[in-house]
Amino acid sequence: MAESTEAAVEEKEVSTVAVDTDGFGASAAQDEVVLNVKDLQTHFTTRWGTVKAVDGVSYHVRRGETLGIVGESGSGKSVTALSLMRLVPSPPGSIVGGEVELGGRNLLELSESDMTEVRGGEISMILQDPMQALNPVFSIENQVGEAIKIHQDLKGDALWNKVVDSLRKVRIPAPESRAKDFPHQLSGGMRQRVVGAIGISSAPAVIIADEPTTSLDVTIQAAYLRLLRQIQQEEGVGIIFITHDFGIVAKMCDRVAVMYAGRIVEVADVRTIFNEPLHEYTKALIGSVPKLEEKSGRLPQIEGQPPLLYNLPQGDAFAPRSPLEFEPEDAERRPPLVEVEPEHWVQLSKSSVADYDKYSHLIPDDEGEG
Amino acid sequence: MTTTAENVTIQNAPGINPSADAIISIRNLRKWYQVGGGFLGFGEKVFLKAVDDVSFDIERNKTFGLVGESGCGKTTTLKLLLGLEEPTDGQIFYDGEDVSTMSKAGKTEFRRSVQAVFQDPWSSLNPRMRVRSIVGEPLEIATTMTKGQIATRVGDLLSETGLNPYQANLYPHEFSGGQRQRIGIARALALNPKVIALDEPVSALDVSIRAQIMNLLVDLQEEHGLAYLLVAHNLATVRYMCHDMAVMYLGVVQESGNTEAIFNNPMHIYTNALVSAALPSHPDIQREEFLLPGEVVSPINPPPGDVFMTRTPLEVDPTHQWANERPPLVEKEPGHWVVETPWSMAADAGLKVELTGHEGV
Repeated sequence: MAESTEAAVEEKEVSTVAVDTDGFGASAAQDEVVLNVKDLQTHFTTRWGTVKAVDGVSYHVRRGETLGIVGESGSGKSVTALSLMRLVPSPPGSIVGGEVELGGRNLLELSESDMTEVRGGEISMILQDPMQALNPVFSIENQVGEAIKIHQDLKGDALWNKVVDSLRKVRIPAPESRAKDFPHQLSGGMRQRVVGAIGISSAPAVIIADEPTTSLDVTIQAAYLRLLRQIQQEEGVGIIFITHDFGIVAKMCDRVAVMYAGRIVEVADVRTIFNEPLHEYTKALIGSVPKLEEKSGRLPQIEGQPPLLYNLPQGDAFAPRSPLEFEPEDAERRPPLVEVEPEHWVQLSKSSVADYDKYSHLIPDDEGEG
Repeated sequence: MTTTAENVTIQNAPGINPSADAIISIRNLRKWYQVGGGFLGFGEKVFLKAVDDVSFDIERNKTFGLVGESGCGKTTTLKLLLGLEEPTDGQIFYDGEDVSTMSKAGKTEFRRSVQAVFQDPWSSLNPRMRVRSIVGEPLEIATTMTKGQIATRVGDLLSETGLNPYQANLYPHEFSGGQRQRIGIARALALNPKVIALDEPVSALDVSIRAQIMNLLVDLQEEHGLAYLLVAHNLATVRYMCHDMAVMYLGVVQESGNTEAIFNNPMHIYTNALVSAALPSHPDIQREEFLLPGEVVSPINPPPGDVFMTRTPLEVDPTHQWANERPPLVEKEPGHWVVETPWSMAADAGLKVELTGHEGV
């Protein structure tokens, strides 16, 4: 722990952007952190009670890096993203705590008009279903142009050139004539590229990609993922890739945050997550996917169902499904997220981490057993 | 179990590994939709050839997989088997008997024996029916069981699919996705079918639930000796579930045979393109993915020759026999069939994909 604190001090000297109170990314001082999320909490008020969709989530994204946020439906991965954009429908939802730092500002404190500038400007989003993201009655030119006009004062030829340029960046063939088309005239892959063009048109620092390829065929998906990578390298943009598919994680992500029931249970670089996962949920998720490369034996399966968010236990939400022995005290006490190795954070509880004893000394005293 | 003795002999066809144990035999199946022309008998008719000359066998106690991209005809083939679409041409044999010439009683028996589980458990269950009605409905319609017998049977079916019998009184919205898919499976099992058509049974489910459902399907297959027709686009799922498989493109089977034979040695360029594009299971696996030129061609009036010739990266000789006539499947190694043309083989194009694990397995 002492070493990583030193590293954190050093990092603060190097970069003023990366103010790292929770320690994420403390060990990689050379890379600029563009987005820093701290203790984000988003709750929904329902007639069954308060749903803690995002319950104290912290992570950061560096320039040119892809952070994967993996989880099942209801894990809070998409609400986290919507919270960054401040697009959580209110009521019933509200962001009740935390900070989202982008370009030296806390997005959660901005006025609505300033936030409109940020959305699609410094941070933009690529959604799952390109047919819903595009308006069927406006041409591609119109829709890409609209996004550009909000952030840049362009008109006439200059705007047209920028539209064509954005479409060219996402490798749409014959962009001049495609710009005149309407969404229904394009194939699914091309439509998703248009959504991507809107996403990158204002040179954002961070793009949130929320399962952008789930509705695409495998070959189209491969082409699209490759394109995202190329754009990332050209523009140096940080990508938050929200997915439930570990194949996409393996192919695309540099670091991975695994979410369960509104909390992050494990964060590490992608190889650590695949080679040495510590949390039982991470292990189970990776293990339960059949492999293409070999004939799999019977798949290990995770028993039970994801929990209902309005009825979460105070403590370790995964404990009831964990294959490890259930430790009654984990039902009450919220397990702390601990940096067990540099850059490898695990939500440490006896019920969900087999190596608990090896790392329990790292738990800060105020949250520990004492 | 085979009762083929007194029936018509089923013609063997290219792409099929002869087996005495076929419960379903599909031969030269075609489904063409007329989409234009032919008004009052004038003009040339225009057809969308969704399924064009497809043949395969589904063996008892085995799973046959159909893979391909959207529009390749895999779902239409499944619908033809279920009788949800009428074939334009070709035969479906059930237990050695041609379904189209079956007696009324035979057809009823066929319909009871071939059931389906659909992709989306949110839209495939009637939200206004309780689970006991959803699962019990086939029994009410197709059997003479009493209400009490049906209730007992529904309870048994729910336990068998991993649900609790007391949940019979609940409505579909009270269940999670995985549980709903279990309800769908319980309904499919109600009439003791021999064959279940699975249309993307896990792709709409959460990752942690997929393994549960796949394992349940495997267990039920062993217990009841079920034959499955699995339609999927996820190749890893196909490799896990299927004994035999066929890769379809534009309504035509391009490669077929034993699943392991195909994954160990994919021969057709299209199969290799699919495999190369599939997501890796580990970040250290870097597959050289290659993309076929162009986009999937419309199945409306496809070329008279090889349907793949508009997508191949190799040169096509327009005067070649297979540019003008549909090429057949050829058995390249035992039990492994491929459409072989001068422009279809991955080895000729240097596009062969080796599937290896991350430790070089």
